[in-house]
Amino acid sequence: MDAAVLQTYMNKEAGPLPFCPGCGHERLLRELDTALVKLQLDPRKTVIVTDIGCIGLSDPYFVTNGFHGLHGRSLTYATGLKLARPELTVIVLMGDGGCGIGGAHLLNAARRNLDLTLIIANNFNYGMTGGQHSVTTPLGGRTATTPGGNLEGPLDICATVIAAGAGRVYRGMTHDADLADRIVDGVRYPGFAVLDVWELCTAYYTPQNAMNKRELAALANATGMRTGLLVEKARAEFGAAYRAASKTAKARPRFVIEKAFESALDRQVGIVIAGSAGQKVRSTATLLARAGMLCGLDAVQKDDYPITVMTGHSVSEISLSPGRIEYTAIDKPDYFAVLSEDGLKKTRKSIGRLPECCTLYVDESMELPDTKARVKRIGLSQATKALGKLTTSVVAVAAIVADAKLIPAEALEEAIRRYQPPAVAEANLKALQKGLQLVA
Amino acid sequence: MGLEFIEGNEAIARAAVKAGCRFFAGYPITPASTILSHMLDLLPSEGGVALQAEDEIASIGFCIGAAMAGWKAMTATSGPGISLYSENIGLAIMGETPLVIVDVQRQGPATGSATKGADGDIQFARWCTSGGLPIIALCPATVAEAYELTYRAFNLAETYRTPVFVLSNKEVSMTCEAVDLEAIELPPLVIRKRPLEGAPYLPHQFERADEVPALADFGAGALTRYTTSTHNKAGRLTADPEIIQEMIEHYAAKLEAAADDIALYRYDPEEGAETLMVSYGVTSRAARVAVREARQKGRKVSSLVLQTLYPVPERALRRALAGVRRAVVPEMNLGQYRREVERLAPAGVRVSGVNRMDTTLISPSEIMVRGEL
Repeated sequence: MDAAVLQTYMNKEAGPLPFCPGCGHERLLRELDTALVKLQLDPRKTVIVTDIGCIGLSDPYFVTNGFHGLHGRSLTYATGLKLARPELTVIVLMGDGGCGIGGAHLLNAARRNLDLTLIIANNFNYGMTGGQHSVTTPLGGRTATTPGGNLEGPLDICATVIAAGAGRVYRGMTHDADLADRIVDGVRYPGFAVLDVWELCTAYYTPQNAMNKRELAALANATGMRTGLLVEKARAEFGAAYRAASKTAKARPRFVIEKAFESALDRQVGIVIAGSAGQKVRSTATLLARAGMLCGLDAVQKDDYPITVMTGHSVSEISLSPGRIEYTAIDKPDYFAVLSEDGLKKTRKSIGRLPECCTLYVDESMELPDTKARVKRIGLSQATKALGKLTTSVVAVAAIVADAKLIPAEALEEAIRRYQPPAVAEANLKALQKGLQLVA
Repeated sequence: MGLEFIEGNEAIARAAVKAGCRFFAGYPITPASTILSHMLDLLPSEGGVALQAEDEIASIGFCIGAAMAGWKAMTATSGPGISLYSENIGLAIMGETPLVIVDVQRQGPATGSATKGADGDIQFARWCTSGGLPIIALCPATVAEAYELTYRAFNLAETYRTPVFVLSNKEVSMTCEAVDLEAIELPPLVIRKRPLEGAPYLPHQFERADEVPALADFGAGALTRYTTSTHNKAGRLTADPEIIQEMIEHYAAKLEAAADDIALYRYDPEEGAETLMVSYGVTSRAARVAVREARQKGRKVSSLVLQTLYPVPERALRRALAGVRRAVVPEMNLGQYRREVERLAPAGVRVSGVNRMDTTLISPSEIMVRGEL
């Protein structure tokens, strides 16, 4: 921007403002212009984001950047713009309608405290669509959709955003002499600033309800909705806080798996482990897959568990193959371990359909449905009694590895050492040894 | 880097970072949630921003704002979230916003089975907006493809200034596979075309209808405008039918003209084939096994695996359909993409589906039997 002082931020090429005679929007935009002149913002670094409704017509009448989005969503675009370019001044113009349909964004913008200025052109009804009632329509207010008078109480926008944590909240009227200065304050506030500006809608609400400037003031008194600066407090600005926290952020470590062992496996095999939450079924399945990869095998893992993750079943399917695995489901498992009653309940149908070539590993005490699979009973509960529930899956997988000779036990041992935290690895190495001995 | 054992959602997140994505916003939903957690893990140390938004509408709204301020942006959800994205997807089309939208499909309708796979959003993605303007959609079959196609999705979004869908499936996104991401060949990175400095800037400037306008980021220099209302090349409201028609034709033409360039597919023809297998996504893995086994039985079968679903790779489909007597389209839905094949099939070519929508994968043997291979 050149050094010349801008005398106005109104865009002369856009022509006269499009609002009805006497509409509060025109007065509000003039006050906004005065505020921008006082602020002398670089128009290229300023964005006026508008919502839907008559106020949504406003942005082209300014020489700043303009962003006119969907109904109620203006705060969301403003948030993206400001996070991507913190140097921008972002001013949002929204009606009372937008506060209703976009209520969630209003609450969360207040909680988040990103440096945005929200000016609400609040004229108590939807002027663009025929004067229907909005969330701020006063009790008893006559609108196109409340012909007998509004039975729903109005939303106190300021009280609402204050409750949600907004740092600077002001309520005024379009005819207030100091409105431009209060807009300046809002823009300068380093956080989310809200200005709830009451207006006359001369097309609908005002004639329907004999509204005028004096009645607006009376309404504020009658409803206890105070005017003026209601809250100003220091809060951490979200964007700055995010960037500060990011300085020390580090992505999680990754595990690269290089072939270190040989496997005699000459075909694709499917292994199913059916247990309970808390038996470490999924992490052990991952260990087995990684152990397979340590032997140069291709590996796939799929898990099934309820959304309440700490209860009920946990079933993992692992496919291992010397060649590329294409189809990832295991329709005919080769090895199937049932570790708990939850696992049995979840897989009862599958167990009934297991082929003869499948080996089914279960605890000595478990009652099984009819199955064609070759059943191998192993002392699972006995083994894990001493080692703890967390090791159940490792014991079972070790037993399968020892019995089926899919991969050398050393590969599983190496996977435990490499990919598990030391304390967990220690317990699992014991479990591994126990499991290897379970199948004679 | 070497082989890793990762799920599709991690591959999607890492591809995004590789493609230069620095902004992500999402709302938790199984089976897409882990993309959010991977992006929360990856982006801060890259100087980017990853956020959980208050809802899906805010997620895509944040992304549109960030994308128009110059950042490559991505959001991820599942079918229920696409419903809530719908209006903003229309906005992104109209505002010519580069944006990647991942839809990790799950069993619907409505809440459906949150943790189960499906390909139920195939037509939904194409027609989810009021006005029905075209979008780009890519569909991965493997963890490796999830990586490659997400990366390519960013290139397409930047090249054509448009939202691009990655239509994943729980069965790709939450399945772990052995993969070496660095061994995957990727095209050079595309950066959006920006306007010449100092020249007058119009946000939707084009001479030919299929031309993609340069994009000035908000705050980068040129004054710019963005609007959800019908507008002219300057981004100013218009009610002039001629201008409205010109703009609408532009949004469609820029993708339609590029359909061949956007088309990604694997055509595996068989000399004298009577049957064409058309597949996509995770089901293509079973379809390829079925084709291989059918050939071993002496059947003459060609295979066309589509990675680009929209714009429909019509040239590739027409070429593959020429000369066959029938086409089989296996899908984890009631036959959504089959209608695209049907409309392109020459007279006399019978198009049938193998369809399953019970949360389980369609198996090679089912494709063999029901596809009469």
